[in-house]
Amino acid sequence: MTVIYIPRDSAALAVGAEEVANAFHTQLSKRNLEAHIIRNGSRGMHWLEPLIEIETDQGRIAYGPVQASDVSALLDGGFLEGADHPLCHGLVEEMPFLKRQTRLTFLRCGVADPLSIAHYKMHRGFLGLERALQMTPAEIIQEVTDSGLRGRGGAGFPTGIKWNTARNAKGDQKYIVCNADEGDSGTFSDRMIMEGDPFVLIEGMTIAGIATGATKGFIYTRSEYPHSVAALRSAVKLAEEAGILGPSVLGSSHAFDMEVRVGAGSYVCGEETSLLNSIEGKRGVVRTKPPFPAIEGLFGCPTVVNNVISLASIPIILDRGAKHYFHYGVGNSHGTIPIQLAGNIRHSGLFETAFGLTLNELVFEIGGGTLSGRPVKAAMVGGPLGAYFPPSMFDTVFDYESFTQRNGIVGHAGIVVFDDTVDMLKQARFAMEFCAIESCGKCTPCRIGSVRGVEVIDKIARGERPEEHFELLADLCNTMDKGSLCALGGFTSYPVMSSLTYFPQDFEVHERKSQPE
Amino acid sequence: MALQSQDIEKETTAIVDRHEHREGSLLPILLDVQMQFGYIPEVALRHIAERLNITRADVHGTVSFYHDFRSQPGGRHVLKVCRAEACQSMGGEKLAEDVQTALGINWDETTSDGKVTLLPVFCLGLCSCAPAAMLDGKLHGRLDKANILALIEEMK
Repeated sequence: MTVIYIPRDSAALAVGAEEVANAFHTQLSKRNLEAHIIRNGSRGMHWLEPLIEIETDQGRIAYGPVQASDVSALLDGGFLEGADHPLCHGLVEEMPFLKRQTRLTFLRCGVADPLSIAHYKMHRGFLGLERALQMTPAEIIQEVTDSGLRGRGGAGFPTGIKWNTARNAKGDQKYIVCNADEGDSGTFSDRMIMEGDPFVLIEGMTIAGIATGATKGFIYTRSEYPHSVAALRSAVKLAEEAGILGPSVLGSSHAFDMEVRVGAGSYVCGEETSLLNSIEGKRGVVRTKPPFPAIEGLFGCPTVVNNVISLASIPIILDRGAKHYFHYGVGNSHGTIPIQLAGNIRHSGLFETAFGLTLNELVFEIGGGTLSGRPVKAAMVGGPLGAYFPPSMFDTVFDYESFTQRNGIVGHAGIVVFDDTVDMLKQARFAMEFCAIESCGKCTPCRIGSVRGVEVIDKIARGERPEEHFELLADLCNTMDKGSLCALGGFTSYPVMSSLTYFPQDFEVHERKSQPE
Repeated sequence: MALQSQDIEKETTAIVDRHEHREGSLLPILLDVQMQFGYIPEVALRHIAERLNITRADVHGTVSFYHDFRSQPGGRHVLKVCRAEACQSMGGEKLAEDVQTALGINWDETTSDGKVTLLPVFCLGLCSCAPAAMLDGKLHGRLDKANILALIEEMK
């Protein structure tokens, strides 16, 4: 039977995918046509969403952006045979944006039915887990260490070392916690995995459990992600029914269960220790480290806390072997990274590639520059705690060390592009305001510093003794950077200081404007 | 039509029954209570504290920490408009101003007819189709003044 793919990803749903699916159902039955509609994940070409596909003898042919009102004309024009049409992009696999990628973690995302175990298996699903079950925990951890995988949540800590610490920690109960509290603006890769390929996360967490001796997993995600929550809960249930989760993982002697937990709108709960407090039902306040969660984490037990993308990269590493993953990338940044192109950018979406492309390539060549058509003024890399880079610094190579050297962060690999209408003083002020709103309140530099930061920037904007206040702001950022307990207070200096350093004209303009004639 | 406290207690009991056995049951309980009533009623808070054998201060501490939990009922509709950077880069701030003007309210306020509560949200993960908003749980991307005002117009 003819197969039509219509994404169920939030980005597609937000621009009318559900209405498109409904229109297909109506039109197909009206015309007495039979076709099977699969609600896949997104391919990541979000500027073309809803991007629908039809399976033909030549392969899958893509059309987008399709609106419900286009459906009738598409069917009239031979859509079911993959006929040409103004919205047609030809074979999806041949589209340049997709063809240029190296899809390891996102191998199946947008390809398979996210809630079909059969589909998952058809595309190398559970091969990593099956191999892990033949190995000792130490061998699994060695494989992960050898792959060079570093935490994709932003900290870049070697995953294998974290696992080894948890494995060696003493405790009757250990936990795997998946940090799916993806709160950084400009990022949506976790969401795409949860909605587009949830089994890969389940497989990765199960492998982590076997390697460390943990028997229980928690996925902590956001209330802002209702479709992710629903997809994960369905996938966990299916995995339980299929004997993948439960007292005997795939018939082995290992037990592993998991639960999906939802936050309640707190950004700081993306910080691993706040997240643990939140699961425990407490205020999402940051804990001091040490002890690190791998030693004393959830309910005081040894706990591995990994980001979605780190865990979702585990199955392919175990499946293809450490070397296969390790050979991608540059310097000490091995493997691939799903880069999220967001904001004012023409080709917005998810681009998985080996570390090593420059910001120039990402923003201009792949991203196609701004959507507004105006000149690019800045790109914020790594979310609200990342630096704003001017185009003159777009030769920066996308890897952990290159960004650190330039006082920036890779973070969760989101890039938000701004055109020349952006006012960088406002962006700096927003960074401080955001920190003030989201601060957990435990440490003074973050709680008080962010409020003072807004005040100081307001004074600069009013032209009150700007030189003095620039100095004060730099000093404040330094105090927050050095004295905060976690990255929220610590990294707020990145957007603030980069705005001040690379876009001083925006701070001067305000000064002049507000001075008396 | 205000709910009677015994009704709230009854519903809360059912919610606690569902989650009590879970490790760290407080957050799932509060999320369900918020879902059920649109806020966390004082009666429910007391009841939860009693059932979980923790202090009311503990429950209040958790409730007051998270942006999602409200202590007062909201409007019949809840509109969350994204205020974060990716949406800002696509005119999100102006869009939010337009919404505020159209509704005649500020962030975290409810229209006087009780129709809609306007809340800020920091990222819906729709940064590739910004600006974005969520109306009663339904996502909307690539918004502009015309289509968000149409959404507001459609609300009953």
